[in-house]
Formats: sequence, C-alpha cells, structure tokens
Amino acid sequence: MRVAGKGHIDRNSTVHFRFDGIEYQGHDGDTVASALLANGVRLMGRSFKYHRPRGVLTAGSEEPNALMTVGVGAGREPNVRATVQEIYEGLEVRSQNAFPALNFDLLAVNDLAAPFLSAGFYYKTFMWPRAFWEKLYEPAIRRAAGLGALSGQADQDRYEKAYAFCDLLVIGAGPAGLMAALVAARSGADVILADEDARMGGRLLAETEAVDGLAGADWAAEVVAELAGMDNVRLMPRTTVTGAYDQGTYGALERVSHHIARPDGRLPRETFWRIVAQRSILAAGALERPIAFQNNDRPGIMTAGAVRAYLNRWGVAPGKAVTVFANNDAAHRTALDLIDAGVHVTAVLDSRTDALAQGDYRLIRGAQVCNSTGRTGLDAITYRTTSGQEKLATDCLAMSGGWNPTVHMTCHMNGRPTWDEGIASFVPTAGSIPGMTVAGAALGVFSVQGCLASGADAARTVLKELGQSVADVEIPVADDAAYAISPLWAVAGKGRAWLDFQNDVTVKDVKQAATENFRSVEHMKRYTTQGMATDQGKNSNVAALAVLADATGRGIPETGTTTFRPPYTPVPLAALGAGSRGKGFAPERHTTSHAASVAMGAPMIEAGLWYRPSYFPRKGESNWRQSCDREVGFVRNTVGVCDVSTLGKIDIQGPDAARLLDFAYTNMFSTLKVGRVRYGLMLREDGFVMDDGTTARLGETHYVMTTTTAAAGQVMRHLEFITQVHHPEWDVRIMSVTEQWAQFAIAGPKSRDLVNGLVESPIDNESWPFMACGPVRVAGIDARLFRISFSGEHAYELAVPARYGDALFRVLVKRAEALAGGAYGMEALNVLRVEKGHITHSEIHGRTTAFDIGMERMISANKDCIGKTMAARDGLLEDDREQMVGFKPAGAIKKLTAGAHLYSEGAEAVPENDQGYVTSAAFSPDFGHYIALGFVRGGAARHGDRLRLVDAMRGIDTVVEVCPPVFIDPEGGRLRG
Amino acid sequence: MADTLTLTATSPCYGLLPKTLGTCTLTETDLGTLTSVAPFKGAAISDALKAAHGMAFPAPNRATGKTGARAIWFGRDIALLAGPAPDPGLGDLAALTDQSDAWACVTLSGDDAGAVLARLVPIDLRPAAFKQGHTARTQLGHLNASITRTGPDSFLILVFRSMAATLVHDLVTAMESLAARH
Repeated sequence: MRVAGKGHIDRNSTVHFRFDGIEYQGHDGDTVASALLANGVRLMGRSFKYHRPRGVLTAGSEEPNALMTVGVGAGREPNVRATVQEIYEGLEVRSQNAFPALNFDLLAVNDLAAPFLSAGFYYKTFMWPRAFWEKLYEPAIRRAAGLGALSGQADQDRYEKAYAFCDLLVIGAGPAGLMAALVAARSGADVILADEDARMGGRLLAETEAVDGLAGADWAAEVVAELAGMDNVRLMPRTTVTGAYDQGTYGALERVSHHIARPDGRLPRETFWRIVAQRSILAAGALERPIAFQNNDRPGIMTAGAVRAYLNRWGVAPGKAVTVFANNDAAHRTALDLIDAGVHVTAVLDSRTDALAQGDYRLIRGAQVCNSTGRTGLDAITYRTTSGQEKLATDCLAMSGGWNPTVHMTCHMNGRPTWDEGIASFVPTAGSIPGMTVAGAALGVFSVQGCLASGADAARTVLKELGQSVADVEIPVADDAAYAISPLWAVAGKGRAWLDFQNDVTVKDVKQAATENFRSVEHMKRYTTQGMATDQGKNSNVAALAVLADATGRGIPETGTTTFRPPYTPVPLAALGAGSRGKGFAPERHTTSHAASVAMGAPMIEAGLWYRPSYFPRKGESNWRQSCDREVGFVRNTVGVCDVSTLGKIDIQGPDAARLLDFAYTNMFSTLKVGRVRYGLMLREDGFVMDDGTTARLGETHYVMTTTTAAAGQVMRHLEFITQVHHPEWDVRIMSVTEQWAQFAIAGPKSRDLVNGLVESPIDNESWPFMACGPVRVAGIDARLFRISFSGEHAYELAVPARYGDALFRVLVKRAEALAGGAYGMEALNVLRVEKGHITHSEIHGRTTAFDIGMERMISANKDCIGKTMAARDGLLEDDREQMVGFKPAGAIKKLTAGAHLYSEGAEAVPENDQGYVTSAAFSPDFGHYIALGFVRGGAARHGDRLRLVDAMRGIDTVVEVCPPVFIDPEGGRLRG
Repeated sequence: MADTLTLTATSPCYGLLPKTLGTCTLTETDLGTLTSVAPFKGAAISDALKAAHGMAFPAPNRATGKTGARAIWFGRDIALLAGPAPDPGLGDLAALTDQSDAWACVTLSGDDAGAVLARLVPIDLRPAAFKQGHTARTQLGHLNASITRTGPDSFLILVFRSMAATLVHDLVTAMESLAARH
C-alpha cells in the first residue's frame, strides 16, 4: 500500500514486472520487495527446511527470506534478494523452494514433522546404513530443502574483472561514509566511495531525521553531487566491498546491468573489482536484529528499521495496522513516522518497564510478544505483561532487538570483535585490518550527529597518516538522540522461536546443541547450521550466541563469535572467473603460417599455448593416417616443408658465451667452429635430462640456441639462473628470439633443390655440409640457413624475419608441391622422428638420465656442467635401469600404443612384474607396421628379446620384439647425402 | 640460381586492426627497427646511446627519447631501442639483437584507455602513478606485456608477436564493455 507524499521513487513512472507469472506495477526506484509490498504481496518465499511461508524480514542485502530467481533461460540467477533487486520493465522473478506453488506448498508437511527434524537430525538419523547416504538420503533431502537452482545451461552473459587504486577507499555511503569521503575529497586525496545500494545515502534515505536543516536524503544527494563533480573521486554505487585482503587489497562486486531492462549485450552483468587502497574507512553501518519469540517468522513481521525504510524511502506502508515491538528507544521512531504518514499504529510494546513514550501513541511497557497467528501472513499477535496475556489484531509487526555494527570486514584477517556492554553488541577491535579505520554505526555510533562526526574524524586521521593536508570541513548539525537499549534476545515460552530464518534454526535448536555438548560457538554453528547460507547469519548471529551463552552459563564475550569470512555478500563464481572462458581461457600462440595452414584445411592441435597443424588433408583422403603416411613419404622420397618456429630460440652473446654453453650443456660448445651447429643435451641440477636441441655458432662470441617447444621457457629461466646466480661474473647476455624468426624445416632428398631455388648463392655438399649454418639471402632478405635434421633425411631449416613467414611458407609449399612433395604436419613429424629414434619430451619426461637414453658419453669428461656430479650418483648408472629401446610387433595384434606396459612373456600383467613401458608409438609407412620407442629394464642388452605388451586403457595385449631405437638409416647416410 | 621472388611482409596484427569502440581506438603501431640493447660489463652504454641516438639508457620502469626514437626499459639491464637502426658502434658495448619482428605493437588511445587497461592490467596506471615516460613489464590478461604511457590518454603496448590475436581479443572485449557503458 503506497502512502501519499512519501518516498524517493519516481511516481510518474510505471514499471511492469512479473512475480510468479503475475504482473505487477511499481515505480523507478523500487526494489522487488518494496514493489510487492506496495501491491499488498507479503508472502515472498518458503523457508529452507520446513517450507514455512515467509515474507521480507529486512530492506537490505542481509535479507534471509525473500530469495528469488531472476530472469529466465540459461542465464537465470537464483537466490537473488528481493530487497536488492531493482525492478525494471519486463523483469521476471520467481519464488523458490515451493512445490507446486508459493501459497500451497506440499513440502510444508516438513513443518508438521518438525519435532523429528530438530538440530542434528540429519547427523543422527542418516548415519546408517552408510551406503544409503549418497544414494537415498542426500538426494531426497536436497530436493526437499534448498535454495534456488541454476539453469544447468551455459551462461552466455558477460562478466568482468577489473583493478582500481586509490589513496582512500570509503566503504559505505551513509552519513559517516559520505562525511569521510567529503573531508578526504576536499583535502585532495584520491577517493573511491563504494556503496552496495543503487542510491547513496544509507540510512539517511530510510529515516526522517534532518541534517543541517535539510531532509537527510537531500543532504546526502547534495554531498553525492559534489563528490561526483570532483576529479579525485570515483563513486561506485551498486558495489559491495566483499572482503579485506593482504596489503590493502579489497574485493568488491559491482552489479553493472542487473537493473537494466535490455542491457547492451556487451555490458557485463557484474564486475569483480580488486581495489588497492593506501587506507580504508569502513562505514558499513549496522544491521538490526530480530527478537526470537514463538512464530516470529510470519510474513508481515519484520525489523522496525525495515518498516521505516519501506515507508520513508519507498512510500510503502507494510501494513494497515502496525505494531512495534522493541527493547530500545530508537525503534520508537517507527511509530512516529507511521503516525505522521497516516498509518495506524496499534501499539508500541516495549520490553523495558521504564520506557518513555516519544509521542502520542499507545505504549505498553514491560511487554513481550509471545506468539503470532495468520497462515500465510500475520493477522494477530499475543503479548505478555505482568498482568497476563493479550491478543492484538495487527497485520505488521515492526520488531527491534537493537542493532549490530557491521563488523564483518574487520574480521577478514583473523580479527575478533570486542563486546560492548553499553550497546549490547560487538564492535570492531581497532587495528584488525592494517590500514582500516572504522566509523559511524559500524563502530557502534548510532546517532546521525555521531556518525557525521565519526566519519569526519576517521578521514582526518587517515589524511594525517598519509601526510596530506586536511581541508576544513564543518560538521553539519543533526539529531543526536540516545540509543538506550536493554538486551532482549528471546522471549521465554514454548513453541518454535526463530533465530536464523534462512536455515530454520530456533532457540530450542541452539539450546539442544548446548545440551548435547556442542558448546563451542563454532560447534553449535555446524550442528544447527545457524549462520550458514547466503545471509551468513547477519540477522541471527549475535542473538544465537547470546542464547548459547545463556544455555552454557557463560557470558557473551566468553562465548565469542564464529569467524566472519569473505565474501560479505554472495559473489557469483561467474564474476570471480570472469573472462576465463572461450578464447579468454588461455592465450593462443599462432605461428606466421597459421592462416595458410588453416586455409589448407589443417586441423590445429595445441602444443602448450601454440597451435600447430596436425596434418594437411587432401581430396580423397578420408582419415588422418592417409594424410600422415603421404606426408611421411614426401620427406623420405622428395621434399616436405614444416613450420618449426615454435622451437625456442635464444640469442647468446658476449665474451663468456662459450663458457655459458659449456656449463649448461653436457657436451662442449667452446670447440664448435663458427658456421657449424652441434646437438646438445642439458641436465637439471639433479642430473636428470632437462632438454635437448641444437646450438649454432654464428660468430666468435655469438651463438643461437634452440630448445624444444615445450621447454623454451624453462631453458630461458635456467640460463637466467646460471648467469644471475651461479656465475654473475660472466660477461654474457641472453635474449629470446623465438618470436623474431619464422623457421621452416625443408626435409627430404630434394631439399637442396628447393633451397637452391630460393637462396641468392646456391649451396652444395662442400659449401654446406651436414651441421653447417650461416647467413643467406632470400628475395633480398637476410636469412639464416641451418643444415640440421630431425627426420633423419638430408634437411635444412631456413629462418627469415617473422614478417616474411607467411609469404615464405606459401612459396615453400608451392615449390615443394612442384617437386612432388608438400607441407607436413605434427603427425608426420612424429612418425619421422620415431623412425629415426630421436627423442622428445615423451622420452625425456623428467625421470630419465643421459645414461637411460644411451647418451651418457655426451657428458664430457673434460669439463664441469650442470648436473654432471648428480648424474654420477649411485643407482643412476646401473645396467638394470630402464633404458631406451625400440619395439616391433611380434604377436597377433600388430598395434603398439604409447602408455602400454611391458612384462615378460607369460608373466601376469601386474605392477610387480613390470619390465618397462612404451613412450612413443607410430605406424611407419616405411616399414609397413607399427614401431615404438620406450624403456625396458636393462634394455640396451636385450635387443631381440620378446616381451608381453599390455595397454589396459585400450584393451591391447600382444607381444613385441625389443630392438635398437634407430629404425631407419642407423649409419646416417641419408643425412649427409 | 634463384628465380625472381618477392616476399611480402605481414604485420603481426594484419587483418585485426584498427578498431574503434566508444571513446577508444586501438591501432597497430610501426615502431621501426626494434633492437634489444643488453650492455656488457662496465660498458658506458648511456653515453654511447645519447651520442648515437639522443636518449639516455632508461632506468627501470622508464622510457627515454620521444616518438620515433625511444629507449624503453625492457627487463633487467635491458632496453628496447625503438625507431632507428642501432649505431654499429653500440655493438662493442652491448649485445644487440634484432627484435623488429618479435613484438606485436599496438597503441590504445582515447578517454577510456586507462579504464580499458584497468580491466586487464593489475598495476596502478593512474596518471599520477604512471606518468608519461613511465613503462612497465607486467601482465595484460594472461599475456606478458610491455606497457608505456605515451600521452595523457594513450598507451603503447607490446606483446609477443604470436599472441597478437589474443591481445586484440582481450583489448577489444574490454573496449566493448566500456563502450557499452556510454
């Protein structure tokens, strides 16, 4: 029911929205909660466990009851608080946790079964039989009890992450926060002011108190307007600071487009901010606490502050006949505001016997509400005084058990709040978060005047700490009424009195936990589930531990609180993981031949972050093996071309360049002649193989090293470590040039023909023998030519500056095709190197030594190198180590697979009998059968042995013959051809 | 003999840029020759660089010179000389390595340029903290980047050439998000 002349909503606007399929109207400025109340809708949800009818308890982000699902389709969002969701034209919201409908919920039978569903019920009942838990109990319980659900489809909406920096972060834009921001901003500090609400002003929007003669909301609007006009201020409305972290970092969730009817599709729904602030001021206000009494959870029963908020901010009277139930003076304002607005107030029931009336209303002192009636909404309450019990017809009860300062964030780094007897509440402990100052109601200062002064004080303190001058800002004059509270947590009596509305935890449950010896507050929480789920006990925490303190005979400070952890309000995982899906999941590295390869129809495979062509299909080929076999044939018979730019390339220059290489590699590079390339092996410090590759000597003090694609970064880091830590005195500089050069393998008997068609001065076997290198000119461009081979064929690698990579690749492919060859991909490359017995990281996988791969003689005896000593350790040179060998099929099944394990023929395929394993396998078109590489115990001496091969994953069980790992051209005649 | 052959150069962001969204424009920038200058021990590199190209060797997180001839701090005791071909004399004092083709170089400019980068870069880029002539090796999304402020609302961004497509994807996504707010 709207009240004329009240509220900060735009009454000229009409906004249509639907709740559970029924259309309602509201105004700009309304939340779903305020608009539904204005339409007389009080029933907004069903409770978690007992499916009891519930309405709004609050008007803010702490709302435990009115959780709704917003939107339809893939991106629908469950568990949105109706008190936070702004309405917009066409908004669809649905109630949750009710079947089949909100006003007739079959699962409300749980409520009748309540005597059996008390605290610890699940733990006690469903313990046995154990197997039933997963299959039967848990699914059934989950269906009956729970919150909203995601759609189960991929959410196509955008989310975003962002970073911000400031001198001062002010958290909360109520009177304290606004004043703090104003003082700091006028003093010239770089200020971020964040508030979870769409409109800044905090409680000033919900109260009628004046500031400097202006309505509170108008004063707030003036300050916000001034701040908005300043370059050194960033206002962040709809932004909840969710956590305090190390080094002045704060997490914050901005709701970017949840309030927009048809947002631009490029707009994120939410932005998760990481704000780094030199200092922060927490001005997060306070949360009002309910009072526990029998049936205190009916729709229509809410906090007194919420009633004032609905009335003063949204112009809504939550009832026609409102009753106030309080234990403090502040709540009496509710009656005054309602009467002023023309709403009937039946009575103010104050539990204090000495309470004073603040206006012309019926005050009943020493009264406690002890029960309520009304099936889906409040129709009457029963209260008790010394003279007995009375029933009172009322459709809205505004209750106030006092206010809890919002201390949550001060506890995010292990701080514990301090009990303040004067306001019967916890207040922040100073210094809990380095760099954070607390002000206003969050500090336990509850009058408007006090909040304004506290905010200004906090800003002055912070500015002084930052060494900034402080602008002279006058503190406005405002109401400074006393709070005056006498604690009342729970009204004595039978029946269920709710503490935690969201988890259906009652006073009895907490007492039962204590009786069953769950006396620690943390144990009580876990036993009863009090303080869990989306509201994290914001409404119930202090009252619950007060009841626990009473039940265990301890004081509240001794009982203590549970741990407040981030986030303050729920943060969707979609926001935390923003950007990391689709193309945002990982960077893609493309070679210069990428576009041409894709145009040729090559399926791309990922090699680390690189994308490389798997094979280049041709017309008539129906599977990859046909393409691969053909491409292998190019290299063995004519000429093939392959992009090898992904291999790491490191430029090494300086007087000590040769020294560095001798130290990093097992073999000698100081003896390498200029214009020659050498194969090198690198060990880790523990003596195991790290990487291999070729290094070319371009000049006396200039080398270029190649690494494998996989280990490029690791080798670069390794060389940095050597030059920075082991030998900082060496004069040598290293620089990655992987990206500078586009490099292509040209391999096969006709490779020199192809090369000579490109280079300006032709080469021959004399001028450019195997392992020669040097500068060449191609089409007027300075290029580098290396005669090296991974395939075992007569082959070259030609490197040009990357800008020419695309053009050169297209030329190479065309000319190779003219020579009856063509491009080859990763599959063919792998077959070729397996045939030649060349290792990759399949073989040097981190657990193999130079000895294991038959290269122990590459560890030079004439010098030291990284890993040399450790490679000579006991056990690393034993003949029965697993040594690298080749395998050929010898059984009925001819297929060999990588990952298969080897056993003696006739032995059972169990780990104790393991003789080795296969690391690489390929079908060799040259031999017409599968071949493989792998490791076998004492393998070097077992060539010719037969072994059982078992691949349990792929169901292969066959026999292989052990053979030397080099299948093709063991003498190397082809290389030198 | 080599037959007549021409190889056409392709820039790292070929076909991807320019893009204008909202207040921001993203363009590919041709910086000319890029040379990493890594001085050898005890070399008076700053004097030589001044004499040869008119700018000092940059201190960490700083760039010297101006548009057309800059030296950008590029890591531990390394500068990236952007613009002129390096004076051969510098080769006696420092390891010179041609990097002209190794980096995708783009300029992001416009009122929202700082806000776009704030979606991707974890360091403080506020004008007071990251002034003209300041540079950083940092992250841009998942990418390792070199970022230099070249004007009140413009930044020079370098990433590995192979990652050009991802760079453009990430920046354009952030630019769209900012454009949608206007």
